[in-house]
Amino acid sequence: MALTLEQVRHVATLARLSLTPEEEQRFTTQLSAVLDAVEQLQSLDVEAVEPTSHATLTSSRLREDVTRPSLPPEKSLANAPAKSDTSFAVPKIIE
Amino acid sequence: MQLTDLTMLELAAKLAAGEVSSEEATRASLTRIQQVDPKVRAFLRVDEAGALAAARASDVRRKSGSPASTLDGVPLGLKDIFLTEGVETTAGSRILEGFVPPYDATVVRLLKEAGLPLVGKLNMDEFAMGSSNESSAFFPSHNPWDVSRTPGGSSGGSAAAVAAREVFGALGTDTGGSIRQPAALTNTVGLKPTYGRVSRFGVIAFASSLDQPGPMTRTVADAAALLQVIARPDAQDATSADAPVPDYSADLEAGVRGLKLGVPREYFTEGMDPEVEAAVREALREYERLGATLVDVSLPHTKYALATYYLIAPAEASSNLARYDGVRFGLRAKDARSLRDVYALTREQGFGAEVKRRIMLGTFALSSGYYDAHYLRAQKVRTLIREDFTRAFQQVDALVSPTSPVPAFKLGEKVEDPLSMYLMDIYTLPCNLAGLPGLSVPCGFTKAGLPVGLQILGRPFDEAGLLRIARAYEREHDFFRRSAPL
Repeated sequence: MALTLEQVRHVATLARLSLTPEEEQRFTTQLSAVLDAVEQLQSLDVEAVEPTSHATLTSSRLREDVTRPSLPPEKSLANAPAKSDTSFAVPKIIE
Repeated sequence: MQLTDLTMLELAAKLAAGEVSSEEATRASLTRIQQVDPKVRAFLRVDEAGALAAARASDVRRKSGSPASTLDGVPLGLKDIFLTEGVETTAGSRILEGFVPPYDATVVRLLKEAGLPLVGKLNMDEFAMGSSNESSAFFPSHNPWDVSRTPGGSSGGSAAAVAAREVFGALGTDTGGSIRQPAALTNTVGLKPTYGRVSRFGVIAFASSLDQPGPMTRTVADAAALLQVIARPDAQDATSADAPVPDYSADLEAGVRGLKLGVPREYFTEGMDPEVEAAVREALREYERLGATLVDVSLPHTKYALATYYLIAPAEASSNLARYDGVRFGLRAKDARSLRDVYALTREQGFGAEVKRRIMLGTFALSSGYYDAHYLRAQKVRTLIREDFTRAFQQVDALVSPTSPVPAFKLGEKVEDPLSMYLMDIYTLPCNLAGLPGLSVPCGFTKAGLPVGLQILGRPFDEAGLLRIARAYEREHDFFRRSAPL
């Protein structure tokens, strides 16, 4: 299927990507080509087929719901681009 | 013969006998990196101090007669996707440049506990999205067999470093072929274990239902020994398997007499390089000579695997990569004034073209109005692909095929054509969709001197079977002794 420039802009907004006009054009062409290629899946009858969401072949592992040691704040914040005391800092959200 | 020409197990034997120290081996590895890495460019960073400290500690243990494992002291490299406490980890992306992990991945902890000095972090396609290492944000790695060509991807730096004998072995990850394809292109052994066999905790996520770490080595026996160290149930990975871990070296020399090897006809298709096909066909004849029976099998949904993969993997990636938002770690766009700009500009500046392309594709496939037609349908076809394998394994013990349809291609050849790059994975990615173990073992060279790999796929948790089948071939053809012309 062919994607429109508007669709590409909408998806970029959903993905929180601030694309350049040149990227918008390029992705419109390239993603349309990929979507054409995956179109072949439409030819299969999968009405009665259960989806596979995960390759886990055995049951998932469970553990007791108990508190365990976790990273101390200074380690958690060590890579933060901006911080304030024991918090990550971001631009003001509410005026 | 140089020290760096030894296999992991040969070096381990010399360490055990006291003929060589881990510090000598680690220094030999560091020297080799200095000599050849300007041409190969496998390393993103070398941790000389950390590796040498670990090597000296290993020598103390060996001297006191209490080695931590059989591989204690054998220097190893890590794909830059594994978190290493205190050592920068980028996944080949600008968005993680300067990120210093506060903890080790489970597999890194296991390697350290087993005493292996970790020499450095190896180049990769950004977030493991690619088949040539060209989507690395930093530079492409080069194939030691022909430095104008790709070593494959996404674990291309790992494969190149092992092939160039810069390290004795390495760890990679495989989401659609990222261990096996570069192994095939570099005359090395790559093993993608069964999904859940090796912990993903601390492994930077690409597509969580497909990703699996595994060994990249020069020989089959080395792969078995390295898998032995990292295959372990892990409480910190909810998808880690509880299945018992066998002794992977026990049956290595048992041969293939009496085994049934399936030859999937859909894996010998048009578009395959004739020299690749010839080398693989010759390997199949070798297996017959060794007493195996070849069985023609069909995996009828193979032709849908690429489309299925390129919906599921980007969908999972678009979700996993949402965490790179400029708030907690990594890059933050300097010019961002609002929180929304922090997200959108950081991601625009921090991600490369292939990563953005896949985030866009995945976001689209999951978006309202397209989810059922694309993502859900792909998950259903994934079931059909799995069932193909289940049926085949009722007839045969393993499947054999080419790993890659072509030998190493020229750097730059496919960069502008994503679809032709995606086709590099057609024989490797069905295995990930089905969660099966797969291995690539060297099976010869083209006339131009480019390596060819043979792929072996097996039943869930039958890594031991794959290793045994690969070893039977390797015993007759020790291509791993050949060194790349660097």
